[in-house]
Amino acid sequence: MKYSYYPGCTLRTKAKELDTYARKSAEALGFTLEEVENWQCCGGVYPLGTDEVATKLSSVRALRDAKEKGQALVTLCSACHHVLKRVNDDMKNVPKVRDAANLYMGEEEPYMGETEVLHFLEVLRDKIGFEELAKKVVNPLTGKKIGAYYGCLLLRPGQILGFDDPENPTIIEDFIRAIGAEPVSYAMRNECCGGYISLRDGEKAQNMCDAIMENAAGFGAEMLLTACPLCMYNLNKSDKLPVYYFTELLAEALGVKEAE
Amino acid sequence: MSKHDAEMIREISGVNPLKCMKCGKCSATCPAYDEMDIKPHQFVSYVLRGDIEALADSKSLWKCLSCFACIERCPRNVEPAKLIDAARQAVIRQRGNEADLSPDEIPALLDEKTPQQLLVSAFRRYRR
Repeated sequence: MKYSYYPGCTLRTKAKELDTYARKSAEALGFTLEEVENWQCCGGVYPLGTDEVATKLSSVRALRDAKEKGQALVTLCSACHHVLKRVNDDMKNVPKVRDAANLYMGEEEPYMGETEVLHFLEVLRDKIGFEELAKKVVNPLTGKKIGAYYGCLLLRPGQILGFDDPENPTIIEDFIRAIGAEPVSYAMRNECCGGYISLRDGEKAQNMCDAIMENAAGFGAEMLLTACPLCMYNLNKSDKLPVYYFTELLAEALGVKEAE
Repeated sequence: MSKHDAEMIREISGVNPLKCMKCGKCSATCPAYDEMDIKPHQFVSYVLRGDIEALADSKSLWKCLSCFACIERCPRNVEPAKLIDAARQAVIRQRGNEADLSPDEIPALLDEKTPQQLLVSAFRRYRR
């Protein structure tokens, strides 16, 4: 099985682990991530204004590219996932944005939101299945107590992203069980890490992340899992618990972490 | 900013502030509440009254974290973050190059782990 793959700006550089371990794990699970040619940055933040069009075009290009190949479009970064899904929803359901974007694109065949956008975790849950994943685990992370950190961009708004129940998600906990570890549920797993505020107000982000870490540690978590490079950066301002990308633990469980 | 801008903000945001029933859930769930001078639920009232001047000067525009908690939890689909974002957009579009974040500031704000995602997100929030 082949998927179009949109890595996004940070997975080339500061979040290489998130990308590398995902590719290795995908091969071990029997699917391939085919990088979209000439992809452009999604912008990191979905523009809420109803008259925003130009800021959505980079996403539309990637979505159209996947459509041409007849593939679903997979992302790993929480922000790319958020932006691509919301722009795709606009292209499907908001004629004003769709028409203007297609006018800009100037293609013969307009893009109407046909591409299926999937987060890598959704591929694991909905295409592979966590039971199947569990069967391929050769190095179960037995005894590890792991807190899932969802943050904002994977979940909200739930109606458009359709990733999981935005108030009571289970996908990362199910993933943690599939790789043989023990999920730790804690209250602040879908609270904000501070996001872009840390550029100018590191203290505010750190306070927010301290609270998240304390909450998770209080419930017995020994480490946190994230899918977002910015959450990773902000959470690391607090040194209470180590934080890993979910793909790193996946590669470890599948025994492909060290593979070339 | 003027009355005309109140209409513009309603239009850009796509929000109908009349639907608000003042339950305050948006403010209760906002992680930036403490730092906002005009709170999310008040924002809706300011737009209703057309008091856009105060919104344009509000530091709340730059404190919203885009976490979408108020959007997810609003029982009436008023979704105050959309109003805050529309006001922010209106201010940025007026200011043009006098935007809130200059590329010249960036090098001093970087450390070796700063993700690109942080920079692109901040640029999109602080300027066009």
